[in-house]
Amino acid sequence: MTAVMRPGVSACPACDAGPAAAALAAEIQAQKDVQLALSLPTIHCALCISTVERVLNAYEGVQSARVNLTLKRVTIEAEPNVTAADLIPVLAEVGYEAHELDLGSLSATDADRAGRNLLMRLAVAGFASMNVMLLSVSVWAGAEDATRDLFHWISAAIALPTIAFSGQPFFSNAWRALKHRQLNMDVPIVLAILLAVVTSLWEVSLSGEHAYFDAALTLVFFLLAGRYLDHRTRAVARSAAEELAALEVPRAVRLLEEGEETVAVRELCVGDLLRVLPGGRMPVDGEIIQGQSELDRSLLTGETVPVFAETGQMVSAGEVNLTGPLIIRASAVGQDTSLHQMADLVAIAESGRSRYTSLADQAAKLYAPGVHILSALAFVGWYFATYDMRTAINIAAAVLIITCPCALGLAVPAVTTAASGRLFRMGMLVKHATALERLAQVDTVVFDKTGTLTKGTPQVSNFDSISSETARVAMALAMGSGHPLAKAVLQAANDHQTTPAKVSDINEVPGFGIQGLWQDQQVRLGRASWLGAQELTQSAVFVQIGDQPAQAFLCVDQLRDGADQAVRALQDAGKDVILLSGDSAGAVQQVADRLGIARWQAEVLPADKAQAIQKLADQGHKVLMVGDGLNDTAALTSAHVSISPASALDAARVASDIVLLGGDLEPIAQAVGVAGKATSRIRQNFRIATLYNIVAVPLAIAGLATPLIAALAMSSSSITVSLNALRLGRSK
Amino acid sequence: MTILSYLIPISLILGGLGLLGFLYTLRSQQYDDPEGDAQRILSGEWDDHPKPADPSKPSES
Repeated sequence: MTAVMRPGVSACPACDAGPAAAALAAEIQAQKDVQLALSLPTIHCALCISTVERVLNAYEGVQSARVNLTLKRVTIEAEPNVTAADLIPVLAEVGYEAHELDLGSLSATDADRAGRNLLMRLAVAGFASMNVMLLSVSVWAGAEDATRDLFHWISAAIALPTIAFSGQPFFSNAWRALKHRQLNMDVPIVLAILLAVVTSLWEVSLSGEHAYFDAALTLVFFLLAGRYLDHRTRAVARSAAEELAALEVPRAVRLLEEGEETVAVRELCVGDLLRVLPGGRMPVDGEIIQGQSELDRSLLTGETVPVFAETGQMVSAGEVNLTGPLIIRASAVGQDTSLHQMADLVAIAESGRSRYTSLADQAAKLYAPGVHILSALAFVGWYFATYDMRTAINIAAAVLIITCPCALGLAVPAVTTAASGRLFRMGMLVKHATALERLAQVDTVVFDKTGTLTKGTPQVSNFDSISSETARVAMALAMGSGHPLAKAVLQAANDHQTTPAKVSDINEVPGFGIQGLWQDQQVRLGRASWLGAQELTQSAVFVQIGDQPAQAFLCVDQLRDGADQAVRALQDAGKDVILLSGDSAGAVQQVADRLGIARWQAEVLPADKAQAIQKLADQGHKVLMVGDGLNDTAALTSAHVSISPASALDAARVASDIVLLGGDLEPIAQAVGVAGKATSRIRQNFRIATLYNIVAVPLAIAGLATPLIAALAMSSSSITVSLNALRLGRSK
Repeated sequence: MTILSYLIPISLILGGLGLLGFLYTLRSQQYDDPEGDAQRILSGEWDDHPKPADPSKPSES
């Protein structure tokens, strides 16, 4: 198969043209190459990699293409005239779906520098701790006098530079905390490390018996492992979230005197004239200066019924133009659009969320002073018991080392890594570090309707009550339009195996509907006001034949997959489920009834949504908000924890703690369960770590803690904690 | 015991070489695409002849 697909010589134009082309190619290459990135969601195997790379490399102007299977992405270096739009059909031809990624919002090269840094320190710490442990084992096994001293000095020579290098993340963190007069987990860690190293050096220089270099190194190693796990979890979530954002490459058509050009949205200026075609999204805030159409504002306001738009009306970025081409003059671009201002507000609100102290911080607040007081007491006690400074300091150091929080440092990241991994396989991305802990406390769940519980694609509900004649005419008219309601009519007609009537002269009247001629009568399909019919509260599309009264196709929004199960599972778990929507009462009630949600509220303004959630919070409820629109962003941030589907607006995704990757809502209920389990596992881990301390601390205070016991206590507590966390990833 | 004066440096040097090797692979971004690398060895594309020095074009000539 590969042999057939391998391109011949001619597939590589540069080779055919020979050396002359090579010179030319070099010249072209001297110009700046562009970098493109495509997301390839369907690739999965070796054949996919080689096919994609070969096809792209054979494309004229492509310098190199490299697939990253882990990220399901291909990075392409190409000449400036090659665009993603050229390459996507090339890939489609060999059977791969491709989407352009916006490299501007994809800082792929920078993203994992921090991770690599941590891994490097981890490797160095691992190497050093293994070697020092080897030497220590010989000491514990009974090396004496000069040999022991030699081993200790070699250990010191290995440990000192290693700790200086590998311990840096802790040193800088602890320093930052101290500068702000706060205590975090890193302060006792750093103190323990430093004290261990200093007393060991001192002991060794006096050719003493005990040195804790191995303990200091394993401590650093285990803690770095925890840090790295933590980083990995969030890096996966971040890169996936970045990719979601990058999938929308914002482009706009700008009208110039000499014609029109397609430019990136970030290059637009105030006053530019833009053409927005039907189906396109408004790139900027602006005023319509030409054309009539309908706008879909559901992402912004939650209402599903399209709004009529005409010259002079203001539009906001994010609205979707439905029927007619519009020319708009930009009045606010980029960071100034209402869409972005909303996102900025969210960012400000976001910082308020840090008021939630994670379990780890709570533990650290108790732990850090406790350990230091204990160690100080041990020092004072022993000093007055023996009047020997050296013994007293040694014992104080032993207390600090043995209580060292490596198990505590692993307790949270190990569990969150396992839990996030499980949620990721279920199609949920945990973006925020404390999201799981907060999710576990939820007792009230607030859903948005449009785009969250429902797909936002309407369905005709009363097709059977329309006479077949009218239905056939409506179908013929609907075929000529891309309007969502027209599509719904067409879909329903197809489902009922209706054949379209022969309607001629079909044309679309932007903003109103479609008209045509059928049996010498004018037939029209469109909005109520255009046909002189009574407006309905729920979304509907009307059809009229000649002068007969118009008939209405009632449209209901389709439920998203899993909405039913998710709501029921949440209710079964004893959570209050509430529906808040900006849509009209009729539409909301219908959805609430279908899902069995008793508490619902319609026509809620964005600010009221946030207020409603605030009120629930004031009553002591922990609210989970699930929403997707711009009208939800404020509510998403004011909720205790929030989830948004991947189809949500960027601003909403930024605001939420968890992103739902698939279209299915069902995992939400499961996620609450997993989060509960994860939190209890974290608490369990804290208890395990405490238990070890309860056993080991008296030994240390009694002066019985040799470096061997310290190493054993430390490693076994860390390993128990990690294994306990792993159970979460497996258990069903 | 003099054997120790050989063995300790040797073990440290060998271990250090391993560490350097790891750091080299880390720095040259060999852990960026673990799944892709695992799959790439299954591809027979460069089995018959090495990949040309210029990575941009798989030239047959």
